[in-house]
Amino acid sequence: MTMPFYVSPEQVMKDRADYARKGIARGRSLVALEYADGIVIVAENPSRTLFKISEIYDRIAFAGVGKYNEFQMLKIAGIRLADVKGYQYSREDVTANSLANAYAQTLGQVFTHEMKPYEVEILVAQVGTEEHPHNELFHILYDGTVMDEEHYTVLGGQAEAIIEQLKEQYTEGLDLGAAVRLGAKLLSAAEDESLTVDQLEVGALERSRDRRAFRRVKGEDLDTLLAG
Amino acid sequence: MSESLLPMYPPGLDPGPSFAELLRRVAPHELPGAALEGASALAAEVVHATTVVAIRFEGGVVMAGDRRATAGYSIASRRIEKVFPADEYSGVSIAGAAGPAVEMVKLFQVQLEHYEKVEGEQLSLEGKANQLAQFVRANLPAAMQGLAVVPLFAGYDHRRHRGRVYSFDVTGGKYEEADYQVSGSGGVHAKNWIKAQWREGMTSDEVIDLALKALFAAADEDAATGGPDLIRRIFPNVAVIDTNGFRALADDDVEARAQAVLGGPELGGTEVGGAQ
Repeated sequence: MTMPFYVSPEQVMKDRADYARKGIARGRSLVALEYADGIVIVAENPSRTLFKISEIYDRIAFAGVGKYNEFQMLKIAGIRLADVKGYQYSREDVTANSLANAYAQTLGQVFTHEMKPYEVEILVAQVGTEEHPHNELFHILYDGTVMDEEHYTVLGGQAEAIIEQLKEQYTEGLDLGAAVRLGAKLLSAAEDESLTVDQLEVGALERSRDRRAFRRVKGEDLDTLLAG
Repeated sequence: MSESLLPMYPPGLDPGPSFAELLRRVAPHELPGAALEGASALAAEVVHATTVVAIRFEGGVVMAGDRRATAGYSIASRRIEKVFPADEYSGVSIAGAAGPAVEMVKLFQVQLEHYEKVEGEQLSLEGKANQLAQFVRANLPAAMQGLAVVPLFAGYDHRRHRGRVYSFDVTGGKYEEADYQVSGSGGVHAKNWIKAQWREGMTSDEVIDLALKALFAAADEDAATGGPDLIRRIFPNVAVIDTNGFRALADDDVEARAQAVLGGPELGGTEVGGAQ
C-alpha cells in the first residue's frame, strides 16, 4: 500500500481557488446595474440560445459567468427551490436573500468537499416593488462567499478593471437606455473590441411589471436602446 | 426539503422540467389528487363549483363561468371564481369539487411557469393540455369518492394562429373541441344556447354576449348555477384570450354587457314586481 503525500489544507484550498479562478477568467464578464425603473444585466454572449441571464422567480433574476453547464445547473436548482417554496408557502415568501444563502451553502460545500470546485460566479438580483423600491444584488463566488452589493456589480475575469470604470461613470437614476449603453461600453473596453447587438445578452427586472418582472431585451428593442 | 440547500439530483433521478415530478421528490404529501379515506361520506357537503364555458371566435377564445358554489343544497359561495389564467396565453376553468379543483389549477399554473423557466421556452398549447390531462387523471381516486374535477382548457395557439378549446373527463381523457365546450351541472343548458347561436367568424364581443346568455340560461334551469346578481352586483367571470394574451374583463364591463344583453330590468332587474 502506498502512503498518500501530505498536503497542507492551506495548499489544497489555494490550489482549488486558483483552479476555479482560472476557469472563470476564461469566460467573458457581465455587468449588473440598478437603473431608474429596476435592475438591468448586460453580458457578452454571442449565443442566442445558451443564456447567461435568466428568470428565477417573480422579482428575481439569475446570472452566471464561467462554466456554462455548472451555472446552468445552479440556475435550475434555484428555480426549483423558489418554485417549491412559493408553492408550499406563498409567492411573497420567496426572497433573493434566502436563495443567495442556499447558493452560498451549496457552493461552499462543493468547494471544500468535492474533487473540483465549480468554476462559476453568480448573481442573484431582486427588484423592489413600487411601494418598497429597494433592490438587492447578491454576488456569490465559487467558494460560497456572498457579497451584498449596492447599485452595481461585475462578475467574471475582468471584473476589477470594469469596476474601476464603473465607479467613475455610474450615476443613480439612469434610464434603461443609458444603463445598457454604459454596460455595453465597459464590456467593450474590457475586451478591446466594440460589441454589437449580436454579441450582447441583456435582461431587465422592471419594477413596474405586474408579477413577473423579468424581461429579455433583444432584437429591435436592444438596437434602439444601444443607438440611444 | 432543507431550506438552506439547493435541490440537486444525479442524472437518473432528475425530475427534468416538471414541477409535479419535483414535488413528488421533495414533498409528495403536497401533491393534490391523493385518495382521501372516507371522502365519499362527505361528498354531499363538499363545495362544488358549476357551469363554465369556453367558446372560440375569430382570433381567440372566450372563457366564462358563473359565480355560485354549492355544498349539498346550500349555497357555499356567491362569489367564487372559476376562470383562471393558466399562463400568458391560456386559461383554465373548473367545475366539480372546488377544493381539489383550485389545488389543481395552482399546480398547473406553477407547472407551466416552471417548465418555461427551466427550458427557456413555453410548452406548446397541446403540451399544456396534456399536462392538465395528467393532473385530472391523478385525481381519479378522489373522483371515485365523489370529488371529481372536470376542467376546461383553452388558449391561443401561436403556431396555428387560432384559439383552441379542450375538454376532459374524470379519467384524464383529453378531447379537443372544434368550436366550444361547457362543463358543470348547468352545462347542458348553456351548450344548447351556444349551439343554437354560434357561427364561424363571430367577433370577441359577440362571443362574450353569447357566453353571458348561455350562463344566464343555465342559471335559469340549474339550481347549482348562479345567475347575475343585480342587487349585490355579482356577474360572471369572463376572460378573453387572443394574440394579446389572457385578459380578464373588469366587473363593470361585464355588468354593462350583462345589462344590455339580458334585457335589463324586465328580465330580472331590481324593478321586477313593479313595487313603485
